[in-house]
Amino acid sequence: MNWDWQAAADSIPLLLKGLLVTVELTVLGSLVGYVLGLVLALLRRSGIPVLSQAVWLFIEFVRSTPLLIQVFVLYYLVPPTTGFKMSAFVTGVVALGVHYSTYAAEVYRAGIEAVPKGQWEAAVALNLPRSRVWTAVVLPQAIPRVLPALGNYTISMFKETPLLLAIGVLDVLNRAKEVGAETFRVVEPYTLAGVLFLLVSLPASLLVRRLERRRA
Amino acid sequence: MIRFSGVVKRFGEHVVLDELDFAVAPGEFVSLIGPSGSGKTTILRLLMTLEKVDGGTIEVGGEYLSHTRRGERVVPADEKHLRVMRRRIGMVFQQFNLFPNMNVLRNITEAPVRSLGVPPAEAEQRARELLGMVGLEDKADAHPTQLSGGQQQRVAIARALAMRPDVLLLDEVTSALDPELVADVLRVLRDIATSTDITVLCVTHEMQFAQDVSDRVMMFDHGRVLEDAAPEKLFSEPEHERTKEFLRAVIERR
Repeated sequence: MNWDWQAAADSIPLLLKGLLVTVELTVLGSLVGYVLGLVLALLRRSGIPVLSQAVWLFIEFVRSTPLLIQVFVLYYLVPPTTGFKMSAFVTGVVALGVHYSTYAAEVYRAGIEAVPKGQWEAAVALNLPRSRVWTAVVLPQAIPRVLPALGNYTISMFKETPLLLAIGVLDVLNRAKEVGAETFRVVEPYTLAGVLFLLVSLPASLLVRRLERRRA
Repeated sequence: MIRFSGVVKRFGEHVVLDELDFAVAPGEFVSLIGPSGSGKTTILRLLMTLEKVDGGTIEVGGEYLSHTRRGERVVPADEKHLRVMRRRIGMVFQQFNLFPNMNVLRNITEAPVRSLGVPPAEAEQRARELLGMVGLEDKADAHPTQLSGGQQQRVAIARALAMRPDVLLLDEVTSALDPELVADVLRVLRDIATSTDITVLCVTHEMQFAQDVSDRVMMFDHGRVLEDAAPEKLFSEPEHERTKEFLRAVIERR
């Protein structure tokens, strides 16, 4: 194997540009996923049978199909049928967010169920309004408990962003591919792309593990 | 103040309350005693609307608790009616059930502010008075996890009183406490019994306490009132053999 340090160094600026896009996708995708996931979890518990079954169906559907196919559907199928066109980047954020929201919903559900029954009963005994029971009693106890699990999903989302290459999002991997096509050197950019992923996700998972231990 | 008329409560096949009738006058302090599983706690949980009756009706302050009159018929009430009725009732739980994500002061002010619409400053002043009454004025900023069980339970009592209920339900409030912490909680309850005109229903295994503070003691067995008498009478010369056995068993356990 021949490794060209100069080629490696030359590829770095473009790769970093790509990394920025990857991080943006992950942050925005996580935000969408966390918020939508909470909405799904609450709708699932709404006590309205039709609604909660529809949400269940949606969650199962999204979780049982590959993310890549969901990306294709959003990018190639939705615009012609609805006339609503999104850029590749926005499509990526929406696809990642919606996909992970179904996992986040399950995490929230577990967190909500872990709040002791006595807390609900105290809230009834104090006649707190229903909305207040959620915002002041249940969620403030449930959410801190599920943060490590949500953090882990953010890390795995980060590592899955390269599949957005399929619709041309200029993430790290796509930049590596671009460098390879221009310079005919593929080993350096792809290796460095992998190293960049490692440099971000390793500290992030150590952080999440520390968070887990603090909560335990 | 409280009237149970033919109240039936079942859990599956098991009949917990069997056509129960009794009434409590305003300002009375009534202790409910009896073996576990005799339905005492269920009575409190029905009053707090944590459970639904399977038959019969409950009245609080002359109004149906969980029913409304529709023409000639009496039908189960909606949540709106329950919310109105719950205002009259406060409950203290065996396991305290303080909100761990709020400090002591907010545990007490949260419901008056959010449920009754008391201005926050007024609710806070009232909360500090109540904390003084339960001997915890210096713990307003503490979090529940920093307090002993006895202190948590006294906060829970203050929290229930902050809603100014007509009826206070005490569900084995000292059962989860270490023995040395029981006295402080009982002292607070004695204060409430003597200094306020609140109606109290107290499920307890503290017989000495029940004898000292109660206006009336009701002995339960298998979902029925076996004996209902003044404490002097019930504890010194119980009528039923079952009551004697129960009292003997409780005293021997001490």
